[in-house]
Amino acid sequence: MTASVITFTSGKGGVGKTTTTANVAVALALLGKKVVCIDGDIGLRNLDLVLGLENRIVYDVVDVVEGRCRLRQAMIRDKRLPELYLIPAAQTRDKNALSPSDMVRLCDELRPEFDFICIDSPAGIERGFRNAIAPADQVVVVTNPEVSAVRDADRVVGLVEAEEKGPARLILNRVNPAMVKRNEMLSPEDVLELLAIDLLGIVPEDENVIISTNRGQPIALNGKTRAGEAFHNIARRLNGENVPLMKLDDRQDFFSKLARMMRSGGS
Amino acid sequence: MAGWLDWLMGQRNKSADQAKERLKLVLINDRTDLSPAQMEQLKNDLLAVIERYIAIDPARVHITMSQEGREHRLLADIPLKPAPRKR
Ligand SMILES: Nc1ncnc2c1ncn2[C@@H]1O[C@H](COP(=O)(O)OP(=O)(O)OP(=O)(O)O)[C@@H](O)[C@H]1O
Ligand SMILES: [Mg+2]
Repeated sequence: MTASVITFTSGKGGVGKTTTTANVAVALALLGKKVVCIDGDIGLRNLDLVLGLENRIVYDVVDVVEGRCRLRQAMIRDKRLPELYLIPAAQTRDKNALSPSDMVRLCDELRPEFDFICIDSPAGIERGFRNAIAPADQVVVVTNPEVSAVRDADRVVGLVEAEEKGPARLILNRVNPAMVKRNEMLSPEDVLELLAIDLLGIVPEDENVIISTNRGQPIALNGKTRAGEAFHNIARRLNGENVPLMKLDDRQDFFSKLARMMRSGGS
Repeated sequence: MAGWLDWLMGQRNKSADQAKERLKLVLINDRTDLSPAQMEQLKNDLLAVIERYIAIDPARVHITMSQEGREHRLLADIPLKPAPRKR
């Protein structure tokens, strides 16, 4: 086994990186994959909370790197799933407590034992972002259909290319189909044309995301919600399956056109 | 009449279209690290250099940025003034 390291990043804050990392990791684990998530947001840890594992933290990633515990001791197993683990961020340290080479070394140690390593990047383009992309085999840029988020995503796509970690793929989160229909929100086609990168998935705006996050039960864990289904589709694409885009509303034409823009399968 | 025309223009100019147009321009500036003012300066400098050698027709010059994927190129269409015939 040698894991594929996937980093979720965005430039702009608050677009849904942590939500996406948590749910894609859960969905991959539900596919029977062995998955570990690393919270790369040192000082502002949240992946534990979104996964509902906040009460189980003893050690964190900085403890591992600074030798205060063994890697195993910092890995929290999610008991709801066969093989999902979390390595939490340190909450009382800052991004300089880790270096890109620390992250590379950490992932190299994890690689032989896992199918997927999912890294939740902090917002921004500084040290925390560089730490998060350093070990990546694939970079996924998360954005919203909104001018500042798209602009920042473009900047990050360029930086990922410059670091020779490209080409990044896109997840467009919080799409509101009714607004797209009224032409008051950038459509997925518009965003793809502007950014000129491949699409990995579209996640609709869905109030169930907030409800499930309130409960510490990632939306991909249970039941049929639109956002949950979108995260499952993304996980299957990351796993190499060719999954068509789901219909966000009755406008079949629009989304089948988009489906043709998708590259088959993914790497 | 005017109200109807305004309505028609409004349909063409919904906020998503404005967002897209504005982003197109700003992304070119961001990717090339050239502000619109610097771009203007570049055009002027370019024409000044060419004019040192040949006469051009400044009114019909077109310098634009084209995009293919994430790659950009500067396209210059610079019509020349016919040279005065010498015998
Ligand atoms: N598809 C969605 N529908 C509705 N709400 C969403 C969706 N995706 C994310 N959210 C909400 O948006 C907020 C921000 O999400 P999240 O914390 O995942 O963003 P982030 O990019 O990790 O932020 P930061 O940059 O601060 O780390 C959260 O309240 C989350 O519940
Ligand atoms: Mg986050």
